[in-house]
Amino acid sequence: MEGFEPIIIAFVCNWCTYTAADLAGTSRLPYPKNVRLIRVMCTGMVDPQYIIKAFLEGADGVLVSGCHPGDCHYISGNFKARRRIKLLKEILPQFGFNQERLILTWIGASDGIQFSEIMRDLVSQIKALGPSQAKLKMVI
Amino acid sequence: MAITAKIGVNEQDVLGALRKFFEDILKIEDIKAILVPQHLPMKNMVMPTLVADPDHLHGVDPLAPAFPMNAAKIVSRLTRKPMGAKIAAVMRPCEIRAFVELVKLKQGSTDEVVIIGIDCLGAYQNKDYARFIEQHGDTSSVIFYQHIMDGHGGQIGGIDLAPACKACEYRVAANADVLIGLYGIDVNDQILIQAQTDVGQDLLAQLDLAEINEPAARQGAVADVIEKCAAYRDEMIAKTREVTESLEKMTAYFAGCVNCYNCRVACPVCYCKECVFVTDVFNHDPSQYLRWANRKGIIKMPTDTLFYHMTRLAHMSTACVGCGQCSNACPNDISVMELFRTIAQDTQKSFDYEAGRSFEEDPPMSVFREDEFAEVVGITN
Ligand code: SF4
Ligand code: SF4
Ligand code: FES
Repeated sequence: MEGFEPIIIAFVCNWCTYTAADLAGTSRLPYPKNVRLIRVMCTGMVDPQYIIKAFLEGADGVLVSGCHPGDCHYISGNFKARRRIKLLKEILPQFGFNQERLILTWIGASDGIQFSEIMRDLVSQIKALGPSQAKLKMVI
Repeated sequence: MAITAKIGVNEQDVLGALRKFFEDILKIEDIKAILVPQHLPMKNMVMPTLVADPDHLHGVDPLAPAFPMNAAKIVSRLTRKPMGAKIAAVMRPCEIRAFVELVKLKQGSTDEVVIIGIDCLGAYQNKDYARFIEQHGDTSSVIFYQHIMDGHGGQIGGIDLAPACKACEYRVAANADVLIGLYGIDVNDQILIQAQTDVGQDLLAQLDLAEINEPAARQGAVADVIEKCAAYRDEMIAKTREVTESLEKMTAYFAGCVNCYNCRVACPVCYCKECVFVTDVFNHDPSQYLRWANRKGIIKMPTDTLFYHMTRLAHMSTACVGCGQCSNACPNDISVMELFRTIAQDTQKSFDYEAGRSFEEDPPMSVFREDEFAEVVGITN
């Protein structure tokens, strides 16, 4: 897919992954501009609807990233998020969205280096999948 | 030992025997009313009725192949708060299964209701039932169950069972207090009555029923129907997967959808009090539509059709009981049930859950374990 620059919508937890992104920034660690961060207070507040909307609007990938198990500031938000991701990975393929386009990761507040690495891996994974059909075809 | 008994049928009057059984239940001191499907006096349509007076059971007909709505919604309405009295409710298996889901979502309670489950012979879609009853009048239900009991299936005079019923393997009620058995029984002679819980046992103990052993033919007869339905279901699911396997095909599948949301109004397990799709969240600013149209060159109006169906799947597919009321309610003949059952099979399986199976199993989205689903975490390649 020559010249394909995916758009990835990332819902990141304020307390960890967002802080890690900040750390990556202050440490001058670059990460691909394909990833558009949306800061949320916890992965537990990411309604499946947000993810579905992003895909239907043509996002090539969606990332949800929060605190490591045991570190969620609201105790269990990330465990609930994990179930919702599991659920969506069952539903998305029937609508033609490869389940690999939806990614869940745990990136802690001090993981600035990991953040920039994971974002690079993420972009290459999505690039390999090619552009989302929702971008190319009319969606009702 | 649970009570297994029979009610006798005189002169092949099966409905009369059932009516008498319901009258007897209603005469029990602590049963103040009974919810039962009944032909309405003003029009022949069959609707759930709440009857407090045994003299008002003339039109009782739980065998009518009519299923205007899933009565789980009614029982939920009657039990969401204490009524101060006990009632009995005659329900089809899919209605009980939907009610189980609602109870777990705290939208109903079993405290004051005795659930009477009846073997389900299947039903027609609403518009087909209206035609059927027009053709056969008062004898329509008798013609129907005789046809089924004689092994000829549900198709009569070009009218066939709803696809949901053809694909339904839950023909015998689980989680009922009392079971009314028809399969494998010579219903022109007797009807099987079985207690499945202590509540049911107490109820039957207050009636003067002749105890019998379960007729030997029953297990086999039940297994036969289930096998046929399961085969239809598997074929239906395979076909549905094929016709919806890409975004393009899925878009074609829903091309006739007008976002009327009837399917979610009819759905017994669409549990939200207010659906987000009818709130102002989706009453977008007029200029927003123009921006979308500008971005894509063309948008279909009303917008958000797939968004609606996918969101509904995310919210309730783990609770879908496959009752088919969504398809029944669709003004544009979209095969909603087919798709929802297909995806529900995946989502329920992935959480090792089965809608309506048990009052004890927690709905998958209401719980979690610390150590699970590691496979959905991380970058895959
Ligand atoms: S989605 Fe359709 S088949 Fe499933 S429970 Fe709701 S109305 Fe019944
Ligand atoms: S009932 Fe039919 S037309 Fe109405 S929203 Fe559901 S699928 Fe669309
Ligand atoms: S606070 Fe970070 S995932 Fe819940």
